[in-house]
Amino acid sequence: MDERTIPKVEMRGISKSFPGVLANDCVDLVLYRGEVLALLGENGAGKSTLMNILCGLYRPDAGEIYIDGRLAAIQSPRDAQKLGIGMVHQNFKLVDSMTVLENIILGLDTESFVPDWNKVRARLMDLSARYHLKVDPDASIWQLSVGEQQRVEILKLLYRNAEILILDEPTAVLTPQESRELSRVVHAMRAEGKSAIFITHKMEEVTEFSDRVMVLRKGKVVAETSTRNTSPRELATLMVGREILFQIEKQPRQPGEVVLELDHVSALNDRGLPALKDVCLSLHAGEVLGIAGVAGNGQRELAEVVTGLRKATSGTLRIAGKDMTNASPLQIIRQGVAHIPQDRASVGAVGDLSVASNLAMKQYRSKPLAAGIFLLPRRIMDMARRLIDAFRIATPSPQTQVKFLSGGNIQKTILAREIGAVKTVMVAVYPSRGLDVGATETVRRQLVAQRDNGLGVLFFSEDLEELLQVSDRIAVLFEGRIMDVFPAEGADMEHIGMLMAGMSGKESA
Amino acid sequence: MDLLTSILTITIRAGTSLTLATIGEILTERSGILNLGVEGIMLLGALSAFATVFYSHSILLALLVAMAVGALMALLHAFLTTTMRANQVVSGLSITLFGTGFASFLGQRLGPATNNFRLVGLRAERITPLAPAGLKDIPILGALVQQDLLTYLTYLLIPLAWFFLYKTRPGLWLRSVGEDPQTADAMGIDVVRTRYRYTVLGGILIALGGAHLSLSYTPGWSENITGGRGWIVIALVIFSMWNPARAIWGALLFGGINAVQFRLQASGTNIPANFLNMMPYIGTILVLVVMTWWEALSKRVGAPAALGTSYMREDK
Ligand SMILES: Nc1ncnc2c1ncn2[C@@H]1O[C@H](COP(=O)(O)OP(=O)(O)OP(=O)(O)O)[C@@H](O)[C@H]1O
Ligand SMILES: [Mg+2]
Repeated sequence: MDERTIPKVEMRGISKSFPGVLANDCVDLVLYRGEVLALLGENGAGKSTLMNILCGLYRPDAGEIYIDGRLAAIQSPRDAQKLGIGMVHQNFKLVDSMTVLENIILGLDTESFVPDWNKVRARLMDLSARYHLKVDPDASIWQLSVGEQQRVEILKLLYRNAEILILDEPTAVLTPQESRELSRVVHAMRAEGKSAIFITHKMEEVTEFSDRVMVLRKGKVVAETSTRNTSPRELATLMVGREILFQIEKQPRQPGEVVLELDHVSALNDRGLPALKDVCLSLHAGEVLGIAGVAGNGQRELAEVVTGLRKATSGTLRIAGKDMTNASPLQIIRQGVAHIPQDRASVGAVGDLSVASNLAMKQYRSKPLAAGIFLLPRRIMDMARRLIDAFRIATPSPQTQVKFLSGGNIQKTILAREIGAVKTVMVAVYPSRGLDVGATETVRRQLVAQRDNGLGVLFFSEDLEELLQVSDRIAVLFEGRIMDVFPAEGADMEHIGMLMAGMSGKESA
Repeated sequence: MDLLTSILTITIRAGTSLTLATIGEILTERSGILNLGVEGIMLLGALSAFATVFYSHSILLALLVAMAVGALMALLHAFLTTTMRANQVVSGLSITLFGTGFASFLGQRLGPATNNFRLVGLRAERITPLAPAGLKDIPILGALVQQDLLTYLTYLLIPLAWFFLYKTRPGLWLRSVGEDPQTADAMGIDVVRTRYRYTVLGGILIALGGAHLSLSYTPGWSENITGGRGWIVIALVIFSMWNPARAIWGALLFGGINAVQFRLQASGTNIPANFLNMMPYIGTILVLVVMTWWEALSKRVGAPAALGTSYMREDK
């Protein structure tokens, strides 16, 4: 009990402001040895900012940090590393063009002048075996899936013997299997006496991972309690300050004509290997078609073929009856197809442009935002303000550059823009990834509302519950093939799981 | 000496200043800093080296002064682009404009009164080629050994720079800063210090390249002695795909066309001299375009991803 009296980490009165926002407002945080603390809060609540302060990347305006009871002057990430603090950032900190091994030792001055790669490899493989984190040490980062990249990030912390682990939304990009794997690793590290701070928007993970929870709202601590004494519903309410309905009202569907049709479509992935094989799908107006499948089974390629970002090698794509096979993205946008992309940071938004410009991006060509070749800034501002309100985008102003928003708020900006632009088909790829519970609810509602307005929605999700809740029909994708298509109502989770793993219903029966 | 060997000898001599400066610029660009001041720094290097040797009669001192001048100019560039966060293109171009103008100005002021205070047309010590007896007459090999000390230094520098960049810890740090400064910083690598360090180191090598021109290749000072080589260097960096080991091929290409072109002029051909003078530049650019295009198609290598961008920690 003695070592529990001196906290491993204590942050006292931390404040940090950015132009126009108070990101952290006199925050106190305590983390004990061998404990996992879940840090919750809405998008933009200041969670990443607080953690960036602890790992030395940001300097607080006020406040002190104590490690093992001693005042720590953390001026840079290097100082934090020396104190045993390691962080897996929301956007991974990996050099894409370098190999896993090179990334593992990046910044470690204890390595010799000419690194002894055999030693590094041996140590890495040892850790990899011990924690069941499989990774190819010689692969370049860009060749790895996000799940694998995540493993590299964790191995990097383990390699450095970090005692204090900060995991900023590590599960946002993981498949359910990968999340379970991560929870095993975190528990193993806790058993060794390491401490961790874990940020997530998924309430069930709070119970799975943590001992204690702390909730931030608008930069302030609004609650701190032991995980046992709380419930997901209570936490969600604390986070957003209002009751969250986990259920969505859905009218019975009234499917219209086919708006999107894929006829024996095949396509290659970035590495030139077949990613879609002979896919046949049809989406009706007034319907949500959910695509289930473990990430990396062709979801991304499917969405890209439909939105014109990737060429189909064979087959036909029809949108609202017109042949749009291999049409340009612009031609497809003109057909009224909207797209919420998987990779929101690089394809979805232009970081250097303002929130307002990003919101206007799909409609600036015509009325009411433009007259001829001239943009009408006041109209754009009006529209931006309306959307910022409607989608609760946390931004200091419509003129703020998008890159300054928190991850979740960038996602909301894209969503707001795409919903405004859709006329026939909405392609939504993991639209609730990284969103807080409130925003997730908004997204699901909006998708259903689009369907009620008579649009077709192609909805990709890894969360089976969400998929069943929002979709009318479900198609399961495995290794680029459609395994089966069936109504969502009355669908059996187990059956879907089986299909996702590549077993057809007949074999399992 | 046979024709091939003699052309090769001139090729290597002409390629030395280019190789030195190209390696310097590669190291700088690997840290994410684009230094378009190469032409200006080479000119100042050439001028200061010649002025120093003219008065002190010491080659060593001349090289040291040129290196100091190069370091100083590069330090200015590093300060403007990292600390003041000025646009790298603008800062580099300013340095070239300044260097060109200032070198020309000094060339008309630093000379002795007897020469109207001009440096043009004066003679001084030069770095003479070593000519190891017995070796220099061997075909081909003779071209390699009958070179001056700076060229020998360049022979060493190429593998050293390559080894440093790809095989050592600080080399890895350097590459990570140019690829992804956010990540490098988060991993505890001092981005600003790294950028300063390699911009200055690059400036030193670039100025040495300039000094080689005025101390050895075309000994003496003449207005615009570099003949635009600084710009060729910028192209050669791309051509070598930021790999020091490949810097030599581009430098030899330029030097080779130059050597052949000299021969033609000397042999009294009736092709206009101006046209021949143009050949090395046109040739280099043509080969560059084709090669770069070919490389870009075939491989996933290219410029350091963060080249030309500034980095500040709390700025996204
Ligand atoms: N470098 C920065 N410059 C300007 N503003 C910033 C910067 N970093 C964060 N902010 C702002 O500070 C606030 C808190 O952001 P932070 O990233 O900490 O949120 P978060 O709780 O991690 O949200 P999310 O769940 O969306 O990741 C946001 O309003 C954001 O726009
Ligand atoms: Mg965050």
